[in-house]
Amino acid sequence: MMTFTLSHVIGDPVAAYITSQEVRLTEEQLQRIIVAHHLNDPLYLQYFYYISDLLRGDWGISRTDSDRPVLVSIQHYLPATVELSLVSMVFALALGIPIGIISAVRKDKPVDHATRVFSLVGVSMPVFWLALILQYVFYYQLKIHNLPSLPSGGRVDQFVWLDHPLQSITGLYTVDSLITGNFPVFLSAVAHLILPGFALSYIFMAVFVRMMRSSMLEVMRQDYITLARSKGLSERVVIYRHALRNAMIPTVTVAGLAFGGLLAGAVLTETVFSFPGIGRWSTGAIVRDDVASIMGFMLIIAVVYMMANLIVDLLYAAIDPRIRLG
Amino acid sequence: MQETPGAPQSERRGWFEERAPQIREFKFTLYLLRQSPLVIVGFGLIGLFIVVAIFAPWLAPHGAEERFWQMPQRPPSWQFPFGTDTTGGDIFSRVIWAARLDLAIALTVVISAIIIGSILGAVSGFLGRAFDEILMRITDVFLAFPALILAMAVAAALGRNLTNLTIALIVVWWPTYARLIRGQVLAEKEKLYVDAARAVGAKPTRIIFRHVLPNAIFPIIVQATLDLGGVILTAAGLSFIGFGAGAGVAEWGLMIADGRSYLFQSPWIATFPGLAILFSSLGLNLVGDGLRDVLDPRLRR
Repeated sequence: MMTFTLSHVIGDPVAAYITSQEVRLTEEQLQRIIVAHHLNDPLYLQYFYYISDLLRGDWGISRTDSDRPVLVSIQHYLPATVELSLVSMVFALALGIPIGIISAVRKDKPVDHATRVFSLVGVSMPVFWLALILQYVFYYQLKIHNLPSLPSGGRVDQFVWLDHPLQSITGLYTVDSLITGNFPVFLSAVAHLILPGFALSYIFMAVFVRMMRSSMLEVMRQDYITLARSKGLSERVVIYRHALRNAMIPTVTVAGLAFGGLLAGAVLTETVFSFPGIGRWSTGAIVRDDVASIMGFMLIIAVVYMMANLIVDLLYAAIDPRIRLG
Repeated sequence: MQETPGAPQSERRGWFEERAPQIREFKFTLYLLRQSPLVIVGFGLIGLFIVVAIFAPWLAPHGAEERFWQMPQRPPSWQFPFGTDTTGGDIFSRVIWAARLDLAIALTVVISAIIIGSILGAVSGFLGRAFDEILMRITDVFLAFPALILAMAVAAALGRNLTNLTIALIVVWWPTYARLIRGQVLAEKEKLYVDAARAVGAKPTRIIFRHVLPNAIFPIIVQATLDLGGVILTAAGLSFIGFGAGAGVAEWGLMIADGRSYLFQSPWIATFPGLAILFSSLGLNLVGDGLRDVLDPRLRR
């Protein structure tokens, strides 16, 4: 619905069906396109055709991506973004949750103040700028000092790629290369993921730290924690066996919501690191006023966002035995 | 507490006496805020940026458009504290001028979003039924997309310039406030003083704007403070990928985009505008965070 509205606001919906080769059209050709795509019909009928086209897999033509169908472009670019998002999600969770726990356990101690500043800086950090700084330090500075440096852009080293062609199974280079035992590509792909993955993860790490800290503090005040302590359980057992599980519930919610923000951040990070994902594809599309691609991009983002929320709901049931799916 | 139309005492008692409890509460809030060093730092940062933005013409040694063509890409020095950019613009001056532009955009967006959101949210919460249902479904659609991506699409639809960037951000941000205010109105609506106001014959619009909204003001302030930081970040991000200001305008995101191509030769071009974004947004987040802690009674004492 949203994408349909936008396509009409963006200007001429006819543009969505014109390939870049046919920029100059005669009036007759234009009329033919208008009739072929029902653009003279009333809006509600157009909406109906739009939805049925979507369901049949006809998402229009991506001028940004040398006139491939939008759906093919998305299939081509989405795995890169998924891979990047998953890596930064892992970074964010692996660092954010322990830091949050430490911060809550040592409330009002120097460690706690330091983590609060750290997480607030993360929330205020312009991700594209962080990406540039990381490039400068870990690519350029290491390189001019002849130290092993991390790559500054792309998904995999072109030379490695040519020497060891990769058979595509899932589209995730790291997974595919592991399955096929293609270690040179695997190492190269991992190296290309570290910097963009970290740049993207910092904001979410900060969100997790804050969430984890406040929900841990909330949980630690509950009666059953006092009970566990009075039973003589060690502080370690109390925190990790009793408190953590309950404190995870709000954090999981935030993780689901953060996934949408992760996709938004991916647009900027991919642009800086020339990472060939849907984010970079979409910025290209916007600069070229490529309506069909923009619509496809919005649609896929909405779908991914909704799926993330669904997964969160399912995770609730796994973490909290009080919630049953029924 | 609420003055009734034509009540003679309220004029005699004076503004301050009439609001004594609120003033006491406000002073207590200020006291609590002063207890946190982080909030003080936040206020300091915000104050600094506001001063810089207001007094930009006196503080900036050079004009935003002024160019030293014979001195491009100079590293930071006494003459140019932050160095010069690719066309010989003084980055120090341009960062100062950009503070004006970026803060103005952020304020415009958040204030417009509050106005639109409050009106729609309040009416929706107060009327309920079909209007409420329709408005909430509309906000659902808006909130189903990450802010930056929705703003990208809207800005793309309108055309790439600074005015449209601002409009796109308003379009993206109002649903948050509509939801927030609606929730507050729903909670306040059931309270006794609303019944009392209705009983003395106050019109619904008067009840909403004179009685209900003032009671919902604190959550709005907290949200607005945090959102100002968010808008600065999103606006900079959008102008970094090519929306917003045209080439040459002093705007933080655009200045970083300009510096990106020369990152390795002249890193200072991108560094200083980025620091400006980071610190302005950090100041707002520090204060917003502190305010939330102080104004939330559960965390207060």
